[in-house]
Amino acid sequence: MELFLYTALFAPFVGSLFAAIFGASPKTIIAGIIPSILLGVSLLSSTVLLVHVLSTGEAVHVEMMTWMHTGNLYIPFGFLVDQVSVTMMMVVTVVSTVVHVYAIGYMSHDKAFNRFFAWLSAFVFSMMILVMSDNFAGLFIGWEGVGVCSWALIGFWYHKESATWAANEAFIMNRIADLGMLIGIFLVYWNTGTLQYHEAFEAMKHLDTGILTTIGIFLFIGAMGKSAQFPLHTWLADAMEGPTPVSALIHAATMVTAGVYLVVRSNELYSLIPNVGLFIASLGAFVAVFAATMALVNRDIKRVIAYSTLSQLGYMFAAAGLGAYWVALFHLMAHAFFKALLFLGGGNVMHAMSDELDPFKMGGLGKTMKATMILMTLASVALAGLFPLAGFFSKDMILEAAFSEHHFIIYTVLLFTAGLTAFYSFRIIALIFHGEDRHTALGFHPHEAYPFMIKAMIPLAILAAIAGFARPYYFDMVIAVLPETEYHIHSAMTYWTMTIGTQLFVIAAIYFAYKKYMSSDIKVPDGTSEMENSFKYKLLINQYYIPYFYEEFLVKPYRALSRVFWKDIDMKIVDGTVDGIANIIYNTGENTRGMQSGNLSTMLKWMVAGLVILLSLAVIFGLTVKYSGV
Amino acid sequence: MFEAIAFYLFAFLTISMFYIVVTTQQALYALTALAAGMIFISAFFFILGADFLGAVQIIVYTGAVMALYAFGMMFFDTTRDVKEKQGNKFIIVGLSTLSAVLVVLIVSAPIVSDNIVALYPVVDGIGNTQEVGVVLFTKYLIPFEVAAVMLLVAMVAGIVLAGKKMDLSLTLMNDAEIRELNEEKNKKELS
Amino acid sequence: MEIGLSHYLVLSTILFAIGLVGVMKRKNLLLLFFSTEILLNSVNIAFAAISHYYGDLTGQMFAFFVIAIAASEVAVGLGLLIVWHKRHNNIDLDTMSSMKG
Repeated sequence: MELFLYTALFAPFVGSLFAAIFGASPKTIIAGIIPSILLGVSLLSSTVLLVHVLSTGEAVHVEMMTWMHTGNLYIPFGFLVDQVSVTMMMVVTVVSTVVHVYAIGYMSHDKAFNRFFAWLSAFVFSMMILVMSDNFAGLFIGWEGVGVCSWALIGFWYHKESATWAANEAFIMNRIADLGMLIGIFLVYWNTGTLQYHEAFEAMKHLDTGILTTIGIFLFIGAMGKSAQFPLHTWLADAMEGPTPVSALIHAATMVTAGVYLVVRSNELYSLIPNVGLFIASLGAFVAVFAATMALVNRDIKRVIAYSTLSQLGYMFAAAGLGAYWVALFHLMAHAFFKALLFLGGGNVMHAMSDELDPFKMGGLGKTMKATMILMTLASVALAGLFPLAGFFSKDMILEAAFSEHHFIIYTVLLFTAGLTAFYSFRIIALIFHGEDRHTALGFHPHEAYPFMIKAMIPLAILAAIAGFARPYYFDMVIAVLPETEYHIHSAMTYWTMTIGTQLFVIAAIYFAYKKYMSSDIKVPDGTSEMENSFKYKLLINQYYIPYFYEEFLVKPYRALSRVFWKDIDMKIVDGTVDGIANIIYNTGENTRGMQSGNLSTMLKWMVAGLVILLSLAVIFGLTVKYSGV
Repeated sequence: MFEAIAFYLFAFLTISMFYIVVTTQQALYALTALAAGMIFISAFFFILGADFLGAVQIIVYTGAVMALYAFGMMFFDTTRDVKEKQGNKFIIVGLSTLSAVLVVLIVSAPIVSDNIVALYPVVDGIGNTQEVGVVLFTKYLIPFEVAAVMLLVAMVAGIVLAGKKMDLSLTLMNDAEIRELNEEKNKKELS
Repeated sequence: MEIGLSHYLVLSTILFAIGLVGVMKRKNLLLLFFSTEILLNSVNIAFAAISHYYGDLTGQMFAFFVIAIAASEVAVGLGLLIVWHKRHNNIDLDTMSSMKG
């Protein structure tokens, strides 16, 4: 099994190196194919590991080598494939393989094709380290690795200023959060003396609740940054500047779920501190509704999907915070499939429309892009949580968990969000594919994507459709490591009322979306309609003015402060000191150059002056020795 | 009493002679004054009982060194062309006085002189010359030999340096000959 | 009135100072050599005096070596002086500036 483990881990790395060799040379298709094949190999190895874990119920644990061993600190490069990490590995490898194949088509006209695959595979490698590591230090390496790959991929089109800005924003926000994470890890080591998950969690059972709360909060700050939870959420929507496959892989399916993975992985810690768990759940529910409202009005397909991702991450945190870790992980998996599918579909639309992202300028694309329409509609149905697609099983479970834990406020919020989710998902579906043809007038000539791109998306579509039925098997598997919490509504009556009620609510929302946005009098908004000038609309389209707030109250004062440090402290004090020393030496040389006139008489005078100085020193030292009492 | 009178007398004479050496414009006066000063210094050596040193002082300095200088002066007209223009007199005198004061301070303050023990004590009843000879040829034999070699080297160097082109004398040549000589020299330097 | 070591040392110092004045003041190379002779002799007096008052012959030994060094210095110095005079036709210190930095 070790062989498969190493293959699964290092195949993306080899692919990345291979593509990196061609980094500076012109586009070669081989630089895309080889990494994709290697990812396929990684996927197969992960599948073997999954079968192994399923059939034997045992985790595979290897220690590749010692990384640090000083004093009591022992950190190996250890890898653990248990029921949780194998789930993540499957998600990562499936989605990334699909995205790689898709990207061969999507990026085929890009000059930096080779560089793209080098970074994309490097990302997968980092993500694998993140999920497979058996200690916090390895997790942190992967954590930073995905951060840097994400930075490079968001800023992939670095000639666009908005892309570099978004990349830096994402990176800096993640750094802020990573500081919290790092403190959390330090606290873990400080209090337990180890970073290995197993030993650390074992030791935590005997620790004080106060310390555990601190650790839990700091680790969660790290998770908040990576998973873009409020108030560190603004980077995710801006990260859509990257190529669409990147958005599908990193900012929907894998990297942003790392925070959820961290909380799930630390379930033993969070089980001990239910107050922090409740906070996480509340924050998750808040983010779910908060992001969903922003998605209602946005006029950028990718941003709408990004907000939807944010909202679904809120769901996951709500589930994890309530102690339903397996539900959170299950929703993570289901969400990865349909959200990646949705993004890739969005990528097709974007390609067809020559990078136009405003759905109001589309309309009636269903005629030319039938396959994409079907796939995206399927993904949206799954996202909305309609039976029998994956979203129904996972999202419904979260609602049930909230209900049966008697957190009715969270339940209500999440239920309301489910309606919003259905509405905004079908709003863009309706605007893009149905209704009047608005794009021809604007000079667009859409065409369907390459057939192999569509075929590459089909596995995701199948998984998005049927993954929900795997829930019982999945439950049997993960309870080996996660708390076995089954949620049953006590009376069958309540259960059916809830389920059917939710379904009806969602269907009503979908119907409303279709009705509103399929009508023929939809125009490209020009900022004159009554709705666009209402306060609510302005609040939502400006993302609750939070980016504005950050800009005004954090970025600008910080910039002013930096300027003070630059102009006054660095230029005047630090540079001044250095320049001053140089000037002193220079002036000394300049002024004493006259001494070296070559005139013997002058030199003799200086010699006598030196003699006088030496004699004075002799006298001074002599007197010092005499009177110092030695 | 006699010793004191002798000391002050010779001190006065020595200082006067050396003062003349450093102030006079005439090289010949300076040479004469220096020779006289050397002889007066030997008087101190006799007062201090260093008879052999006194004799050596007279022979070497007034005999050899002064004769050497006198011969050297014969080669060229030293008084010619040298203008003794001065910058700041205060600096010169000030520095000298300061160093003198500091040296006095060092030697008069009982910093170093407290615990000096004689390495080679003077033995009463034996002549100074004999004592000096014994010490010089036992304890200081190697420095003595080194000094001898050094003198030899200096002698050879003096002859080689001064003996180049002894047959030529710029003062006796006319201008055309000097120009010819210079051209030859330039040619040699260029090649 | 007893003549002690200090008297000799003060005399030696005075002579040394005169020598220093000469060294700094003289522009004539030959007279510069004379000044160095004064410096050496002033030190010799100090050596002899110390030798006498401490009853130690080492001082006199050093005086001998100083004399030997002075003699060699004169020999080499005069040789150089003659060479210089032959080449430049003067022995003015102010014209010697080939060591100018």
